[in-house]
Amino acid sequence: MSMIKPFILILCTIVVVTQGKTVTTNNANLIQQTCRKTPNYGLCIQYLNGSPGSSTADVNGLAQIMVNVIKTKASIALNKIHQIIGRSAQKVALNSCVDKYNAVLVADIPQAIQALQRGNPKFAEDGANDAAVEANSCENGFSGKSPLTAENRATQDAAAITAAIVRLLL
Amino acid sequence: MEANISYDTKTSNIYHALHTPMLNSSKKPSKVIIVTFASIVFLISMVALIINQSQNSFKKIEIIHVTNISSSIKLPRGVAQGVSAKSNLYNFHKVSYNWTNAMISWQRTAFHFQPQKNWMNDPDGPLFHMGWYHLFYQYNPYSSIWGNITWGHAVSKDMIHWLYLPIAMKPNKWFDINGVWTGSATLLPDGKIIMLYTGDTNEYVQVQNLAYPANLSDPLLLDWVKYANNPIIEPPPGIGPKNFRDPTTAWIGPDGKWRVLIGSKKGQTGISLVYKTTNFTNFELNDRYLHAVPGTGMWECVDFYPVSINGTNGLDTSINGPQVKHVLKASLDDTKVDSYAIGTYFIENDTWVPDNPNEDVGIGLLLDYGRYYASKTFCDQVKKRRILWGWINETDSESDDLKKGWASLQTIPRTVLLDQKTGTNLLLWPVEEIESLRLSSDEYEGVVLKPGSVVPLNITQATQLDIFVEFEIESLASEGIISNDNIDCGKGAIERSAFGPFGILAIADDTLSEQTPIYFRLSNTSLGSSNTFFCVDETRSSKAPEVEKPVYGSKVPVFRDEKLSMRVLVDHSIIESFAQGGRTVISGRVYPTQAIYGAARLFLFNNATHTNIKVSLKIWHLGSASIGPYPFHQIK
Repeated sequence: MSMIKPFILILCTIVVVTQGKTVTTNNANLIQQTCRKTPNYGLCIQYLNGSPGSSTADVNGLAQIMVNVIKTKASIALNKIHQIIGRSAQKVALNSCVDKYNAVLVADIPQAIQALQRGNPKFAEDGANDAAVEANSCENGFSGKSPLTAENRATQDAAAITAAIVRLLL
Repeated sequence: MEANISYDTKTSNIYHALHTPMLNSSKKPSKVIIVTFASIVFLISMVALIINQSQNSFKKIEIIHVTNISSSIKLPRGVAQGVSAKSNLYNFHKVSYNWTNAMISWQRTAFHFQPQKNWMNDPDGPLFHMGWYHLFYQYNPYSSIWGNITWGHAVSKDMIHWLYLPIAMKPNKWFDINGVWTGSATLLPDGKIIMLYTGDTNEYVQVQNLAYPANLSDPLLLDWVKYANNPIIEPPPGIGPKNFRDPTTAWIGPDGKWRVLIGSKKGQTGISLVYKTTNFTNFELNDRYLHAVPGTGMWECVDFYPVSINGTNGLDTSINGPQVKHVLKASLDDTKVDSYAIGTYFIENDTWVPDNPNEDVGIGLLLDYGRYYASKTFCDQVKKRRILWGWINETDSESDDLKKGWASLQTIPRTVLLDQKTGTNLLLWPVEEIESLRLSSDEYEGVVLKPGSVVPLNITQATQLDIFVEFEIESLASEGIISNDNIDCGKGAIERSAFGPFGILAIADDTLSEQTPIYFRLSNTSLGSSNTFFCVDETRSSKAPEVEKPVYGSKVPVFRDEKLSMRVLVDHSIIESFAQGGRTVISGRVYPTQAIYGAARLFLFNNATHTNIKVSLKIWHLGSASIGPYPFHQIK
């Protein structure tokens, strides 16, 4: 009789672990499936796997996670601008980029999150596309070499992945 | 100097009452002789005056009368300064309802543009620049009644989610010290932005001024510069200093000159003056008006723009050609409505001719048959739409507005297209971005209502809705019933007829002690030949005695191959109602005391006597647009 308890314990553990693994696999599958439909599979996996909440998120939830990735990239870009603007010869272009990234943070991101939370994905696609446009416009504002190429690129990539995921909801 | 007073018929009745001479009738016979003698003396002196033909004496009497008016009758705000009435004297003598804070705060809208507090009127200079839609508006920073007018400013990425910015222009120059009044933006091909606006000078003369952004590369266009040599246009000879305002967006002709319209009047004829310029600082007045219509009074907020005859896009204001018709619109000072007509623009001599002179500007169609004024369009060059803004005033009392600390709304912006089916109407429809506010929806299919029925819809949260309704009608009339072609909105939904009214009851409470019916009334059930009226009945919208409770409505063309349909945006104290895809629109304000918050309901009703209706609805619940200040503190 005393053999049964540990046996049951082991049995239960195996059941729990395998069930848990199935859940993770299911959502890992969802993340993989979703990312396959975006223009940058590797980056998408990297962003989503690394984000809290992604393991239990549905496609709408994954889209919201990506919107927050855009937000992070936009904040990083703004921080970089403030670091370099003092010593830069391209102050006008950099200030213009401040305006564009502010627009992303102040309008595009909140409106995209709200749209997804309310189940109106079309307007989240607008927001993601607009973020890409602002980042692109920032990059094109520099004559000669842009000091923000990496940051602008990161924002555009995140926006493109976001827009693709949002389109799955339409 | 003529007294330029306009007030509604209620106050004119009081005028008559105060100035009908009171005759003392005496019953004593001995007084008859004295009275007779006095009358003869009076008659002789009247004859003497006529013979004398002294103009001055007559004028003096006139002026005394005028002074008596102003001292004993309240003028609506703005009228003495020379703009249309900006306050509501209807029911000004009625005691205010005992509003609770809950009732008052409910009135603020969830997704219509309004400042955080105080008074707003005409929308100004709408434009799109560097990723943002801009809205400016007549704004009193100090009070919830008209006065101290500045240009308020807000931006949005989608014309729904607005962020307040600091005031763009204040009345701080002699040429606008008494008000930075209405104006329009012109976007030049080289990217410059020209703002033309009316300033009320230190001597209360209406002049046109030029302003432009201090920094064109600022997407927020925070700062504005007023041209140092303003005004660029003063009232021309023959035009009164208080009858000259609201410059339009300019358009360019093949001769390379820009044209701008300014509304005015000559006697009782509403006119549109044409000014030409190449540099926006020197202007020449054309000899001919663009157009004039006798009997329509002062034209405010003139608007003039092309619409595509068979396309679905909005057009830049300078577009012209055979595939295009031109809309001329004026806000009529005398009647407080926005009137428009479709016609043809002859750029060779800058004249415009309506397609149908019987439905000319001021005597034909209205952009909106409710409480709607001072509208203005602009071309959204990115999404290729023409967008229409309109000011919705309050219809409660001024003391209500002072109590609640704010007054007025803007409509949800509307796209403007020529209705290709009628060729005479514009189709006005809320911008699609409003759909971003959608939460959940409720659907009803094929609900049948027999004559004299009211059906409650099980909708909680009935104060923020986007309702789409379609009606099928089944006549119960025998052959003997003749269709009644004299049909109209009647005294409201309470008035029954064979083929109407039927529709919805919005902002209603469970017991229907307060309700706002929105309905159709037909002259016969054959849609292609029926006179169909579309109406909003506010007579029972509120128990408060001092609020206006009109019945608004108009005929709406309906074709045989169409279903009767309406779309209704409900947002607390404003209801925007659209019939037949926007062919006829009615915006109104409601101030319920009971039908608020969770107590507000939605019903279907059929008060026709000889029609069954079958109703299908889709009801979207809309969330808040989170309109608030631009978060300057949050960003660097």
